[in-house]
Amino acid sequence: MDLNFTAQDDAFRAEVRGFLTETLPDALADKVRRMQPLAKDDYIFWHAKLNARGWLAPDWPKRFGGAEWNAVERHIFEEECALAHAPRVVPFGLAMLGPVLQKFGSEAQQDHWLPRILDGRDWWCQGYSEPGAGSDLAALKTRAVRDGDHYVVTGQKTWTTLGQHANMIFCLVRTDPGAKKQEGISFLLIDMESPGVEVRPITLIDGSAEVNEVWFTDVRVPVENLVGKENEGWTYAKYLLTHERTNIAGVGFSRAGLETVKRIARRAQSRGRPLLENPHFAARVAQVEIDLMAMATTNLRIVSQAAAGQAPGVGSSLLKIKGTQIRQEITDLARRAVGPHAMPFASEALEGSNAPLPDPLDAGAVAGSYFNNRKLSIFGGSNEIQREIYAKHLMRDA
Amino acid sequence: MNFELTEERQMLQDTLRRFLASDPADIWAQMAGLGIIGALFPEQSGGFGGAGFDLAVVFEEIGRADHDPGLIDNALLPGMLMLAAGRDVEGVISGEVKLGLAHAELAARYDLDWVETRADGDRLTGEKTVVVGAEDANLLIVSARVADGEISLWLVQPDAPGLTLNGYGIAQGGRAAEVSLNDTPAELLMDSALPAIRQAMAAATLAQMAETLGAMETAIELTRDYLGTRKQFGRPIGSFQALAHRFVDLMAELEQARSAVILAAGHLEAEPPVRDLHISAAKNLLGRAGRLVAEETIQMHGGIGMTEEYALGRFAKRITMADHRFGDTDHHLEQFIALTA
Ligand SMILES: Cc1cc2nc3c(=O)[nH]c(=O)nc-3n(C[C@H](O)[C@H](O)[C@H](O)COP(=O)(O)OP(=O)(O)OC[C@H]3O[C@@H](n4cnc5c(N)ncnc54)[C@H](O)[C@@H]3O)c2cc1C
Repeated sequence: MDLNFTAQDDAFRAEVRGFLTETLPDALADKVRRMQPLAKDDYIFWHAKLNARGWLAPDWPKRFGGAEWNAVERHIFEEECALAHAPRVVPFGLAMLGPVLQKFGSEAQQDHWLPRILDGRDWWCQGYSEPGAGSDLAALKTRAVRDGDHYVVTGQKTWTTLGQHANMIFCLVRTDPGAKKQEGISFLLIDMESPGVEVRPITLIDGSAEVNEVWFTDVRVPVENLVGKENEGWTYAKYLLTHERTNIAGVGFSRAGLETVKRIARRAQSRGRPLLENPHFAARVAQVEIDLMAMATTNLRIVSQAAAGQAPGVGSSLLKIKGTQIRQEITDLARRAVGPHAMPFASEALEGSNAPLPDPLDAGAVAGSYFNNRKLSIFGGSNEIQREIYAKHLMRDA
Repeated sequence: MNFELTEERQMLQDTLRRFLASDPADIWAQMAGLGIIGALFPEQSGGFGGAGFDLAVVFEEIGRADHDPGLIDNALLPGMLMLAAGRDVEGVISGEVKLGLAHAELAARYDLDWVETRADGDRLTGEKTVVVGAEDANLLIVSARVADGEISLWLVQPDAPGLTLNGYGIAQGGRAAEVSLNDTPAELLMDSALPAIRQAMAAATLAQMAETLGAMETAIELTRDYLGTRKQFGRPIGSFQALAHRFVDLMAELEQARSAVILAAGHLEAEPPVRDLHISAAKNLLGRAGRLVAEETIQMHGGIGMTEEYALGRFAKRITMADHRFGDTDHHLEQFIALTA
């Protein structure tokens, strides 16, 4: 047992901090801190900066252009980026598709697609969920029928995050409707500029325009865009989901969120004193802080086990449940701290992101962020599904 | 004890439920015509209600429906202050006049006695914040401190010199404004107004709690329907015990919230400390129950619960944002402790 970071870790942290100070423009950090929606160009800018430094793909192997960091380095990097209010990295190409191609893609696919993820030529989105297939993902119906050297795809995906910016989508499609649910599924890469693809925005309750429906009508996809073997897509999908859950605890985001709560509560006044000195409010903050201190260690313990060669396993379900509970609690505290000034509200979908609102506490869109982050316990396998997974594992002999 | 509504209140409830379900246009004039604004005020002022249970009935129905016509901010709250000052509210009851109350200030947070706006002679200077319904008001009531330090109330024309309104949308639906007064001419409505403000705020808080209760009912009904019809893994999701048990917990919270609102309604005309104790108890309970209901009903819907298009999300927002007005869960916990110490 050694609870200290090594000198090497500390040096790495200093290096990351230096990079952030130098590279992250104040205006962009401010947008993130104030929970404003980011424009496509904001993401593209930040990806390019990270890529230039070789830090865009923290867990990719070096031979594919990744940083190949260990769990502690990743933890430090994520935490520093969050505390500096850096934009989050769009995960679909980097954290999801990349690892699948590296493990199951052909050499030609790796050579073609991986560099394009890094240099930003492709913006990927994730086409898993359908109206009838959410938690029960294997119930998906989107059909792909082989026709010569193409698949012809028809169906609908939904909840496609940032699909409005994407030129490529990786999809789970049904290639064998006669087989058992999980056995007739394939993993297909689809160019969104193909004829027959239509993207329709969905407005969420925080007014954000971040998810979409994607419709496919007789879309022709070349067979070389099939990843791995036909009808074995479920295996790849499950592999991808374990990667989707690597930063699922979101400790860095929680740390940054808690700082934001404290900053607001120092400014907000309650009977002439800072709200942070109010015993009821202070107690709420302290409780979350205590949970978060332990969570940082829980996260490192579970994640570094996996790094030492053990399978990530069901521990990631616990990280997801507890980590998202803490993150959501912090978004609740932020809106509480702001008090009546949480009410002013602008909709990105209706008014664009720059509608002027009174914000005397310089808090940003705290109510919107609270509502938006309800998603944390719904997506990436809902918290109920995580409990199912863990319970099945615990009770496997029962 | 008798927990039944009187026949009159049952009729009021039926009328209002049918009316709101009809998705009415020009809702304000029609509500006035149906006597719904009148139900907020006592008989001696030209209305035919005004008791705690009248407010509870009206606002529970408003909360159940997917509208917020602004009855609290443009009629009830300022109207009660007019009555306390000996003015009439006939124009309000007939629907011709909409009033507004500009009381809240940034440093006040949720405290009713924290006013920094100053009255100098009959001129007002100060900043009022998140004034809900301000843009709709034909006449504003503004609180200010006079030379002796007492809080007084003033009538201000919305187009008076030195007054600016900066309006914006609010998360629960509807609009509010920042109201800035700079040497703005005003007419004195009432001196030493804090007790009247507390009384009107108690009524408004009760109204808002009843509205939240109604919104919780609808959110729970929508969720029950969804649990019965949405299928995953070949079964209705309501058949998963993990959801079914939590849904029953929501029902228990809903019944607790209903009781808290009934208790508050029954004590609205009591002596101020008794009245405020019940209001604070109820507001604290509704803050806690409301948060659980809003979060759990969204969660049990999955993604669809987060969309603006489907009604649930809008109800969940109203329930949540209710905790940002008239004092939040913690504020009323502190009030309750102080009143029971
Ligand atoms: C903001 C947002 C962004 C998203 N982005 C993407 C994306 O980019 N790409 C993509 O493919 N998908 C995306 N998703 C979809 C997400 O993965 C699904 O919402 C999720 O899988 C849940 O499915 P559902 O919404 O259909 O809810 P349902 O599966 O219908 O679930 C409804 C409720 O039932 C519960 N439930 C279901 N089954 C069980 C069970 N067996 N036991 C107990 N409880 C159960 C759920 O936990 C939930 O509470 C996104 C979702 C959101 C909200």
